[in-house]
This record gives sequence, structure tokens and C-alpha cells, in this order.
Amino acid sequence: MASARTKFLIGGALVLGTAGYLMATSISETGTYYLTPTELATRINADPGFRNTGVKIGARVVPGSIQRIPGGREYLFNVTDGARVVPVVYRGIAPDTFTDGVDVVVEGRMGQDGTFHATTLLAKCASRYENAPTDPNAPGMDKYKQTPGYKSATGTKA
Amino acid sequence: MILVGELSLWVALLMAAWTVVTSYAGGAMGRDDLVTSGRRGLYATCLMIVLASIGLWTALLTHDFSLRYVASNTSANMPKIYVFAAFWGGQAGSMLFWALILSLYSAIAIWSVRDRARHLAPWACGTLAAVLVFFIATTCFKANPFDRLSFVPADGRGMNPQLQNPGMAIHPPNLYLGYVATTIPFAFAIAALVTRRLDSEWLGIVRRWSLISWFFLTVGITLGMWWAYVELGWSGYWAWDPVENASFLPWLTGTAFLHSIMIQEKRGMLRKWNVVLVVMTFLLAIFGTFITRSGVIESVHSFAQSPVGFWFGTFFVTTTIATIYFVATRLKDLEAKAELESMVSREAAFLYNNLVLVGIAFAVLWGTLFPILSEWVRGTKITVGPPFFNTVNIPLGLLLLGLTGVGPLIAWRRASTSNLRRQFTGPVLFAVAVLALLFALGMRNFHALVAFTLAAFVAGTIGQEFYKGIRARHTMHDEAIPMAAVRLVARNRRRYGGYIVHAGIVILFCGFAGLAFKKDHDVQMKAGETKELTDPLGHQWKFVSQGTSTSETLNRFVTAVGLEVFRDGKRLGIMTSEKRQYFDSNKQPQFEPSTEVGIRTSAKMDLYIVLAGVRDETAELRISFNPLVVWVWIGGMVMAIGGLIVMWPQAERRRAGGYVATLEPASRPELAVSH
Repeated sequence: MASARTKFLIGGALVLGTAGYLMATSISETGTYYLTPTELATRINADPGFRNTGVKIGARVVPGSIQRIPGGREYLFNVTDGARVVPVVYRGIAPDTFTDGVDVVVEGRMGQDGTFHATTLLAKCASRYENAPTDPNAPGMDKYKQTPGYKSATGTKA
Repeated sequence: MILVGELSLWVALLMAAWTVVTSYAGGAMGRDDLVTSGRRGLYATCLMIVLASIGLWTALLTHDFSLRYVASNTSANMPKIYVFAAFWGGQAGSMLFWALILSLYSAIAIWSVRDRARHLAPWACGTLAAVLVFFIATTCFKANPFDRLSFVPADGRGMNPQLQNPGMAIHPPNLYLGYVATTIPFAFAIAALVTRRLDSEWLGIVRRWSLISWFFLTVGITLGMWWAYVELGWSGYWAWDPVENASFLPWLTGTAFLHSIMIQEKRGMLRKWNVVLVVMTFLLAIFGTFITRSGVIESVHSFAQSPVGFWFGTFFVTTTIATIYFVATRLKDLEAKAELESMVSREAAFLYNNLVLVGIAFAVLWGTLFPILSEWVRGTKITVGPPFFNTVNIPLGLLLLGLTGVGPLIAWRRASTSNLRRQFTGPVLFAVAVLALLFALGMRNFHALVAFTLAAFVAGTIGQEFYKGIRARHTMHDEAIPMAAVRLVARNRRRYGGYIVHAGIVILFCGFAGLAFKKDHDVQMKAGETKELTDPLGHQWKFVSQGTSTSETLNRFVTAVGLEVFRDGKRLGIMTSEKRQYFDSNKQPQFEPSTEVGIRTSAKMDLYIVLAGVRDETAELRISFNPLVVWVWIGGMVMAIGGLIVMWPQAERRRAGGYVATLEPASRPELAVSH
């Protein structure tokens, strides 16, 4: 008859082993590559099969590239890491922060046509909670005027 | 006053450094004069930090925009309460706030042991002061809220509208109160290790402060979830974001400690483990702050990147190494005084509870750090999202829920068959009945069924305990039932307070299980258009758009949509959802637009309407049915109430005078900062 201590250790190993197994499998199943447009292109060049792997791209929206397909909820826009530009198509609700020049993370896969089909779109803002004044007369605040909330608010007022 | 505040900060740094030197020297040489001097140094540090804080509050409330911090975080047209809360809203201010709480806690903790724990106190005092030196130095050199701008702007940049919410004004201070309280147990653990006085004295002091920390973390996390839900408009409350995880980690190890400490008190086991848990809780609190401040990990909560991260990293590594050294050299003093006797015993149940809690903590830490780890090991960043955390933590969480029912009722040492039968027959039957009922009602989601069944089991055990206790008082003391119930809890606060915490856990899990039935619908509606949807409970909902409107108030433009809502043909009223664009005194827009969600809460389900945008007079909406969400907040509150009952002072005053001193001040820091 094994001692209680041994039995506890066996039970503990079972619990932790199961947890470890779940962790390992769920990482291999749900873990997502986080790449820049350049890294993605390099990988696809090396292995065309990589197109079918779901990835996240972190990049910046090319100013002026955002188009909305009339009648639908699709967005077309380009993102870049400075070296390479990737066209992205996204269908769904875009976050408030999604405007020209913001950093975004898009998740999805690269299509055969060279367009990235995104299923999720996250927009980041470097000054999310803190907003240091630089020079009171500096431009740059204009970008918020492009956001839907601002436009519709001022549009009807005028 | 602002200048006084700034100078006080520097004096505080010197005072804290003085305290470190005199306390450690006094402890090592056994010189009472040095120890006394160190203690006074700590009080003086506290006073200086309070002055510095008053200085910063003065600057904020008088709108002195020459200070970078004031200009960056507030504007003249903001409501006063948020100007006040801006103290902890930004990086530099939150560092000072941390130092403020820590100095108050430290002063109270050291004052409370002024005539006992003679050997521990100097070392604890020195350690607390050392941590204070770190925080004050970081504030002074790397994140000084008193830094001035080269020009004086006409107005500040305001506070992010998402932070202008009552929940957000009190959520961060609660988390800080929880994080910082982990320092006191850490300091006494170090003191006990250094002096090799690893008996029950340090544990008594530590338990109290661990409870305080646990209480504030619980309240803070719950408020954070509530804030995310009502303010961020993504219809969820927990996204496994690194910052959320950072607050969850010390909560997990702290909870584990509050359970394992009972085993040490009753059976003298787990002595090493308890020291490790105390230290780990503190380190995780520091580590959490490090990862969120350094920009090492991507998070939606990110503070501006700053050198503070490096300082935290260094502090973390130094403290870890020092602690490992002390634990490793004191292993002999930490030998267990008893052995585990049976797998079917309270000890074993508590051990598994600890294992699961720490297992969850490890999984959460692993998932949080995985992008960094994978980049180091394989050269590519791989991120894991909610699916990872859910896959691992749902089974572990359910196991924990089951143990919540077993642990408090099973016998110590070795449970007999009759003990098991007596305690668990009722709850098991009740759980089976609930399972059968839910199955008959058509519920087929596996995880939800397990969750509700286990919840019923635990609820059964708690109900049974209360029933037995109340009946005993009712018959023995001839008390009326309500009086018996009140006295039962009041006379055994630790035990029945604990049950109330567990009841909160049960409620919380029921709320979580509701997520399995959540439904989201993305719809577009013009004025006058109608949409019909079916909710997860089978009710028919009809929404009639009243069109969109715009308006302007004090500091924002508002775009709103109104929906007339009908359920099963019955009119429930009009719900609105807004998009807001905040602006400063010159009508310059500030920040990104934010969302004001329309929420209709009921016990069974929340209706949650988000206005995503308006285009060509068409409102784009996301309508969500979120079952049982309200129980998450209620569960959190019940846990907090249970925690309060457990740590309420008078319970121990009646029993032993020795604890009074540590207890009294417990609620004071809260008062000091919440006004």
C-alpha cells in the first residue's frame, strides 16, 4: 500500500500532466504567428503552403488607403511596415480607433490574390491613456476629425 | 504647496534610505536605539509621502498646467471627481500613489507590532523601507509627477473618456491597495527567514495582511470586469489581456496561501510552501506591474512606454535572487512537523486546491509570456489568445469549484466513511437533481452542465453547514432563526465568512457558465426599420429603429441611436446607444470616439446594444444577448462581503487581545485615499 504522500504526488502529477497536455495542445492548435508584412512575405516565398496558416500582422495603416465597399460592411485598406505594403480586406465592425495611420493588428490569412483576408481587426493607439502635450500649435489632432463619430456629429450640426 | 510636495518627495527618499540602514543595523546588532530610529524614520517617510501627495492633488485641482502630469492627464472642463482621480490615472501619478499606499500600510503595520514581534519588526521595517526606496526613487528619477513643461499650455489634454466612469475612478485604487498589501507579508516573511523565527508569530501578522490584499484584489478585479463590460463595448468582461492577467496572478497565489496557511496552523505542514507562496504573491504583483509598464508585452491597457519598466525588471530580479538565497539557506528551519496521513482528508483537499490554483497561475503566466518565450526560443513571435486560456483554465477551474465543496467539510487527518456519508449525501443528491433538471430542460452544453452541477453541489454543502449551525443555535440557545443566523456568523467569522466567500465563487461560476449561451448579432438599421431576433432562452425580440440623432454637451459631441424594444410582443421601452467624441475647452477633439453601450439588465440575461457607427443614415449595431452576466458582479460582491466578515476586527478581539493592534488599522488606508 503506497503512502498517502505518494498517492498525493501521483494525483498531483495527473492533474498537472493533464493541464500541461492541454496547454501544449492548445498552443499548437490556437497559437498564432505574429509577423510583420515583410516577415510574412519571406515565409510565403520560402513555403507557399504557409498561405493557409492563420497569422496576425502588426503594421500601420497607409494613410488615405481606407475604402468602404458601398452597401456592405467590408473595408479595403493597405498596411505597411515601411518596407512592404499588404492590401487587406476586412468584413465586420471596425473599432473606434481605426483611422489613417494607426497601428493595427489584423488576424486572418493571405489569399491567392495577394490580399490579406482579415477576420479580426484591432487598432492600437500609442497614447491610449496618456496624452502628453507637445507643442500647443502642432498639427496632428486633425486625424480624429476623420473618425465616424466626429464626422457624423459635426456633419449634421453644420 | 506644490513646491512643498516636490521637496517632500526627495526628503522621503532620504528618510526611507535612512530607515533601511538603521533598521537592518539595529536588527543585526540588537541595538534598540537604532531600531527605534528606524521606526521613526518610517513614520517620517510616510508623512513626507503624504505631503507630496497633497502637493500633487493641489496641482491637479488648481489646474496647474505647467506640470507635465497635470497637463497630460486633465483638462479644465473635466468633472472634479475625475480630476481628483487623475492622481492615479497616469504613469507618474500612479507611482506616487503606490508609494503613498505602501508608506501608509508600512507605518500601520510597524505601528501595530510596536510592542510585540521584537525580533521580526526591525527586519520587516527595513525591508518595507527598502521597497519604499525603490518606489520613491523610481518616482523621483524616472516618473516624476512634478516635472515641468517648458511652456504652459492653455489647457490640458484631458482624460481618456473611457476612464471617465465611476468604476474606473475606484477600480485602480482598489487594485493598488491589493497589490501593495502583498508587500507587508513579504517583508515579514523576509524578517522571519533572516531571524530564523519561522514559528507562528509571523504567520499571524501575515494572514491579516494577506486577507486585506485578497479583499482589495477581489474588489478591484470585479470592478475592472464591470468597467470593461459597460464601458468598452465589446460585450465581454474578461479578455485574458496581459494586464488583466497581471491582476489575476497575485490573486491566485494569495488565495492559495489563505488556504494553505490553515494547514500550517492546524497541522504544522507546508511551512516551506507557505513562505514560497507569500513571496511569490509579492513578486507576481511586482512582475505584473513590470510587464504592463515596460511595453514588453502588447496590451490594450499599455501605459506610455517608459524606463520605469527597466527599473521594475531590475528590482524584480534582485528580489527574486535574494529570496531564493534566504529560502535555500533556511530549508532546515522549515521542515514540516507532520506528514500527510490520508488522501481522503482535508489536508489532501487543500493540497489539491493549492495545486490547482498555482497550476492556473502557471498556465496564465505561460500564456501571457508566450509571445516573448517563443521569440527567444524559436525566433518568431507566437501569440495565444482566449482559446488557450479557456482550454486550460476551464477544466482546472471546474476542478477547483468541486474542491470548494469538499475542502471545508471533509475531516482532518483521515476522513471515515461515515464522515463522508454524513457530510456529502445531501449535496450530492441535490447536485444530481439539478443536473437532471437542466438536462430535462434541454441544456446540452457539456461545460455548462458540469459547472451548474458542481455549483449545486457546493451550494448544497454551504446550505447544509448553515442549516446545521443555525438549527444547533436555535435549539441550544433558544434563539429565533434570524438571530441564530446572525450570531452563527458573528461568532465564527472566519468559518462562516469563508463559506460566504465560497457562495460568491458559486455565483461567479454560474455567471461564467452563462457565457456558453451568449449570442451576438450584427445588424444595420435605417430609421423606422425593424429587426427580429431570438434570444438563447427562446424569447422573440423585436427592435424598431427610431433613427439617429446628434447633440452636444459640456465636453463631448454625441451621436445616438434609439431602438424601441419588444419582447414576445410586449413593449419594454426605448433603449439608446451612443458614440461620443470628447473635446477640450477649444472644441478640439480629444482621443478617439468612445462607445456608450445600451444595456438592459435582468437576472436571466442582459441585452447589450452597441452603436458601432453611422453611415448614410444607417446605424450599424451589434446586439448581444448575454445570459447571467449580472451574477458575475453579484458573485464578486458576495466574495468581498465574505472577505470583510472574515477580517472584521471584533471577531478576534473577543478571543485574544494580541491581535487587536494588527486589526484596527486595516480599514484606514482605504479611508485615507478614497475621499
